[in-house]
Amino acid sequence: MLRYILKRSGSLVLSLAVASLIIFAVTEIAPGDPASFMLGLNAQPETLAALRTELGLDVPKIQRYFSWVGGMLTGDFGTSYTYRTQVSEMVADRIAVSIPLAVYALTLSVIIAIPAGLFAASRRGGAGDTGVMAATQLGVAVPNFWFAMMLVLVFAIHWSWFPAGGFPGWDKGFGTALRALTLPAIALALPQAAILTRVMRSALLDVLGEDFMRTARAKGLSPRQALWRHGLRNAFIPVLTVIGLQFSFLFAGTIIIEQVFYLPGLGRLIFQSISARDLIVVESVVMLVVFGVIMINFLVDLAYAAIDPRLRTRA
Amino acid sequence: MSLLDISNLSLSIGETPVLRDVSLRIGKGEIVALTGESGSGKSLTAFSVMRLLPQGSALSGAIRLGDTDLTAMDEPGLCALRGKDIGMVFQEPMTALNPVQTIGAQVSEPVRLHEGTTRAAARARAEDVLARVGLPPDRFPLSRYPHELSGGQRQRVVIAMAIVLRPRLLIADEPTTALDVTTQAQILDLLTGLTREDGMGLMMITHDLAVVAGMADRIAVMREGRIVEEAPTRDLLTGMQHPYTKALFAASAHRVALPPAPPPEPLLVAQNVTRSYTLRRTRLFAKPRVVEAVRDVSFTLNRGERLGLVGESGCGKSTLTRVLLGLDPAQAGRITLNGAPLRAGSAEAPVQNRMQVVFQDPFGSFNPRHTVGRLISEPFHALPDAPGGQARAQAIAAALSDVGLSPDDQHRYIHEFSGGQRQRIAIARALITRPDLVIFDEAVSALDVSVRVRILDLLADLCRSYGLTWLFISHDLSVVRSVTDRVLVMQAGKIVEEAPTETLFTAPRHPYTRKLLAAVPTLDLPLRESTERHV
Repeated sequence: MLRYILKRSGSLVLSLAVASLIIFAVTEIAPGDPASFMLGLNAQPETLAALRTELGLDVPKIQRYFSWVGGMLTGDFGTSYTYRTQVSEMVADRIAVSIPLAVYALTLSVIIAIPAGLFAASRRGGAGDTGVMAATQLGVAVPNFWFAMMLVLVFAIHWSWFPAGGFPGWDKGFGTALRALTLPAIALALPQAAILTRVMRSALLDVLGEDFMRTARAKGLSPRQALWRHGLRNAFIPVLTVIGLQFSFLFAGTIIIEQVFYLPGLGRLIFQSISARDLIVVESVVMLVVFGVIMINFLVDLAYAAIDPRLRTRA
Repeated sequence: MSLLDISNLSLSIGETPVLRDVSLRIGKGEIVALTGESGSGKSLTAFSVMRLLPQGSALSGAIRLGDTDLTAMDEPGLCALRGKDIGMVFQEPMTALNPVQTIGAQVSEPVRLHEGTTRAAARARAEDVLARVGLPPDRFPLSRYPHELSGGQRQRVVIAMAIVLRPRLLIADEPTTALDVTTQAQILDLLTGLTREDGMGLMMITHDLAVVAGMADRIAVMREGRIVEEAPTRDLLTGMQHPYTKALFAASAHRVALPPAPPPEPLLVAQNVTRSYTLRRTRLFAKPRVVEAVRDVSFTLNRGERLGLVGESGCGKSTLTRVLLGLDPAQAGRITLNGAPLRAGSAEAPVQNRMQVVFQDPFGSFNPRHTVGRLISEPFHALPDAPGGQARAQAIAAALSDVGLSPDDQHRYIHEFSGGQRQRIAIARALITRPDLVIFDEAVSALDVSVRVRILDLLADLCRSYGLTWLFISHDLSVVRSVTDRVLVMQAGKIVEEAPTETLFTAPRHPYTRKLLAAVPTLDLPLRESTERHV
């Protein structure tokens, strides 16, 4: 098991190194001069030269890469060109929204999908199964921004149970902040839950057909006991893969929902800094997102090993 | 009074009747074999006793275990009975165990479930029963997972699970079909011993008559959902009444008539062939382990000769086949066909075109979306001067007629054919280019005994008309005996013995060959002769 963790950690570090090289190359080297890109076509030569010095573009590229990576390792992400504030501070504010939102949405998705998948699988071909499957079709098909607007119309405007948008900050109290995140989390969770339900259902149906489930029944377990003791853990292996993918998506791919609810999340930060051509922010935030996604994959790998003993020895 | 009493059991699944009026009794300490071909209803009889039937099954008749009528019991009652009074052992030890639970958890589960004992007490029972089936806790701790055990060891775990509560009845559904002959012999001994010691009743289901001839007290033969004959083993073997039973026995002792081999002229020559695999490191800085799957193998196959290759699974048979077919390169040594060297992976590969192969699984080796005509003419793609148009159509028609199918079958799809017909199609595909050499890789192992007989007879006929040379690879020694002139015995990557077939079977020299032959279950020889006279 220790060897497995060490191996996974090694590949984690390697992926991060490769990702940082690619991001650096794409943003700083490939499209010509970052300073002239950031200032646009009509920039004055003096302003350009000043920005170059500020960005450190006059030192060799290798040195720039290492000072960028070294900075990030010590928590120094540089200074935003447009906002003139520390990128690390901006990111910290955004992460305080994005990560709780992602966790909230994913929790909802899992809470809905696991029982729904179980329900559908145990009534395969029956009315319950058909109903759940139809609902998941709908969940995948409905655009989540539209669903978000409907949520706002019903629960914020008509009934005023939740705020229609904005984020008050965690210092206004946990409950208040959580309430502000509830509608966006539901909007994000719906399509994810629909997908996860289908995965859960088919994983369970696969497992129910396995020989060892018949063995479990031959031992005297009732269908329900066999499912809980032998089926679920085996079915979770594919479900976990999808959960990992969904969390990666929810971490940074939520721009539209953030826009609908006017939430200051990571997605909007990326969007804004790309529009403002603020390469320093883009580069650092993208690296941070990559770091987050790779970390999630690492955790999923560890969870695999916890579920499936075959991976521990094979790796 | 008998332990298990099945009377007038009929079963239909949906609209299809699958069991008709089955009656069978098993007494305490008695071993009753239920035999027949696939689809005859053996397994469904067992699952009827367990009351683990597919949805939409309708059961009639009575199944009594002691004083209890199982057909009248409700599901909770059956759950309390399964695993406690009736244990079951399955065919596939590789998949019958839960891969994510330790063997300790799985063996102790019935104890905790039925007796509600503490975890520690259940684990102690699990250790005892595992030791009893030959897995002592000092070498096989309860913390082992199924994937850390071999097939035979896993089957022992499955047996341990089934007998941990000392059930009155044990049902074993093809318990050794997936195992090697030597492992099979050990498992059969174990089952017989346990039955006698515990006074259990054992219902032994198998398609292989020879397996049960040596252990069963009584044999029941099934066909199309009915028991067609049932008698004490000795009586049944000597004085069988039903034509189907006779045919089944004759088939399992069937010998084909091969034409004499022509004078030796080397066709395929393998010299010092070695093929090894590098395993992944077990520790971070350990030297990678190298497994020599084929070690320094040399042999000559003469034109027109029928050569057999036998050995247990993992002995290197499959690796050698892959090397001979040019699918894997050999690291050392030289292989020539007709004097031309064979190189793996070369683009034109004219030498490989002179060889064809027939695999075990007649369904898995065909693309289900192509017509049979297209499937069997596929080897033409590799030929530079493949016939086209009319000539190709004639070749397809001829190949199909030669294997006993109709030329019209070329327009049909593979799912429309039975297992035996599929294997005929595989043979047609192998023969259509008139190759110098055909490799049969476990080509009849998946077939029922009567179907197998017809395929082997077909091979003998084709041998005459095509002048075939073949390498016949099988773990089934009796089949190899009937269709080869000479046999190679392989153990741990090496050829340990090579001899003319009859010499090898009557006077084996190498200890490993003797061990293999001793493990093969046989119907007694005098019996075999008497059955041959019947047909």
